[in-house]
Amino acid sequence: MTDNPLLSVDGLTVAFSSPDGPPVAAVQELSFSLNAGETLCIVGESGCGKSLTALSLMRLLPRPHGMIGAGRIMLEGRDIATASEADMRMLRGRAISMIFQEPMTSLNPVLTIGSQISEMVKVHEGLDETACRQRALDMLKLVRIPEPERRMDDYPHQLSGGMRQRVMIAMALVCDPKILLADEPTTALDVTIEAQILELIQDLKQRTGTAVILITHDFGVVAEMADRVLVMYAGRQIEQGTALELFDAPTHPYTQALMAAMPRFNAEGAQTRLKEIAGIVPALHERGQGCCFAPRCEKATRHCFDSMPPLRLMAGEHSVACWHAGSPQERHP
Amino acid sequence: MLAYVIKRILSTLPVLGVVAIVVFLLLRLSPGDPAAIIAGDNASANDILQIREQLGLDRPYLEQFFGWIGQLITGDFGYSIYLKRPVLQLIGERVEPTLALSLSTMAFAIVLAVPLGVLAAWRAGTWIDQTIMAFAVMAFSVPVFLIGYGLVIQFSLTLNWLPVQGFVSIHKSVGDFIRHLVLPTMTLGLVYTALLARITRATMLEILNEDYIRTARAKGLTESRVLVLHALKNASVPIITTIGTGLALLIGGVVVTESVFAIPGIGRLTIEAVLQRDYPVIQGVILVIASVYVVVNLLIDLSYSLFDPRIRF
Repeated sequence: MTDNPLLSVDGLTVAFSSPDGPPVAAVQELSFSLNAGETLCIVGESGCGKSLTALSLMRLLPRPHGMIGAGRIMLEGRDIATASEADMRMLRGRAISMIFQEPMTSLNPVLTIGSQISEMVKVHEGLDETACRQRALDMLKLVRIPEPERRMDDYPHQLSGGMRQRVMIAMALVCDPKILLADEPTTALDVTIEAQILELIQDLKQRTGTAVILITHDFGVVAEMADRVLVMYAGRQIEQGTALELFDAPTHPYTQALMAAMPRFNAEGAQTRLKEIAGIVPALHERGQGCCFAPRCEKATRHCFDSMPPLRLMAGEHSVACWHAGSPQERHP
Repeated sequence: MLAYVIKRILSTLPVLGVVAIVVFLLLRLSPGDPAAIIAGDNASANDILQIREQLGLDRPYLEQFFGWIGQLITGDFGYSIYLKRPVLQLIGERVEPTLALSLSTMAFAIVLAVPLGVLAAWRAGTWIDQTIMAFAVMAFSVPVFLIGYGLVIQFSLTLNWLPVQGFVSIHKSVGDFIRHLVLPTMTLGLVYTALLARITRATMLEILNEDYIRTARAKGLTESRVLVLHALKNASVPIITTIGTGLALLIGGVVVTESVFAIPGIGRLTIEAVLQRDYPVIQGVILVIASVYVVVNLLIDLSYSLFDPRIRF
């Protein structure tokens, strides 16, 4: 990690106001940083707060109930958590762009592809119509859309899912953002298209130097893309480190379980049976005072249920929140 | 497109046929006899019978009906029993006030209702939304004539700003034309505004939750651009449909409003004709109104493709 990261998130808490009682925290005390040109993968099951984290970086939490409860999100010396709405509009699309899980529904059905991309340039850079259109066209070429001139005047329903996600990527990158947030960009696509889209993101990242925050639940994707990895569970970060550290020595039982849940082939080339993690992520109101993973954890002891393990630095940049991590003498009884 | 239009126009013929049958039977089966009304209070039964014969009302219904339909096919809507003038000519003379009132009402409602509906949806759940919706419920619940008289008392009689009633043709004086239309338009328009505002709000609420609205916001667009360009364009098909179907509501309202403000339009013509049991006029007016309704809704259906590229005919 360099001294001056591009983005640094410190103690971020995302909460939802509730009609009967105090706000409920969906993401708690999240801290991480992102360097220029780096890919950070945020990994976890559905409902663990990955998407909310991404939306809070854009300040697009579901209104009116979602809000940033605490913490700072520093982007180039400016705190996004407290920025005005007008400032945020300047940042969205220009400093941070986002692509979403559902390419089928994320593009406006009644506007042409070309107008949706060039609109970005017009709003953020104030170029004239022709220049905006040219930029959009260049971008469509860059994301390798066949026949880009013709596609400019097409509507989203005339494109396949993979093509639409390419359009989303073109739109997100047209103003040269510093950070691209990709929220499960390939979940809705089939496997061959998934590989193409990931390759495209990787390629564009290298060309433009954009840093990427990739949200996924798939450790296969993480292995392919990540420089650094953040594992979340039930709204908290439970393990964090470089991709190398994490794949080398996954420490949290949840991370280990997630990795074990990847499809693998044994020496004979036959697929082995997938290991699943028993149980589900606890709902917001079911989260107790202990480790949230304890009810599903094979190693859980009574201490795990009683108190929340803090995030502890293990080695290098590798940190873990588990009472059972670390050297035997450190380990809690 | 052309094939669709032809198909739609052909499919309106049965609709108009049913309307013709229903109107014809409704008039014949309801109490009241034009011959008795023409003959006056002191007429003998014989006089009435004679008049009935003259008007052809003594002939079997089937014969009367097909006679009328035969005339219609040649473009002849028949003659008014009382005024002895062609029905189409009577309607032609009354078209201007009604057309003016309908168009101004629609324009008034659209200009007012769409922004209000968008605002209510954008600020859903807040006092702004609640105020707009309370207004809508009120405008919907108060009878048209009550709104009319209320406005007259306030703006004509108390403040003396606008004429109490009447109509001035646009050919005579544009200023007077407008001054005479303001109160009737507001009277008739409020109900329509309430309906349209509610539909706009409901549609916008749904659309504001769509993924592409989140995308639009993630692009750093201003809220006004998100609302108008990205959301309202998607909401336009349901809104325009409501404008079309609301036309039926408008026709009912025109009759009452023209009576309240003494406007010599089609609505007044209809009431006069009904009171005098002037069968040919009633039948003619209803058929013309039904045709206008059918044509307007065809145009509205065709306009969908302007707003939503996924719709093709």
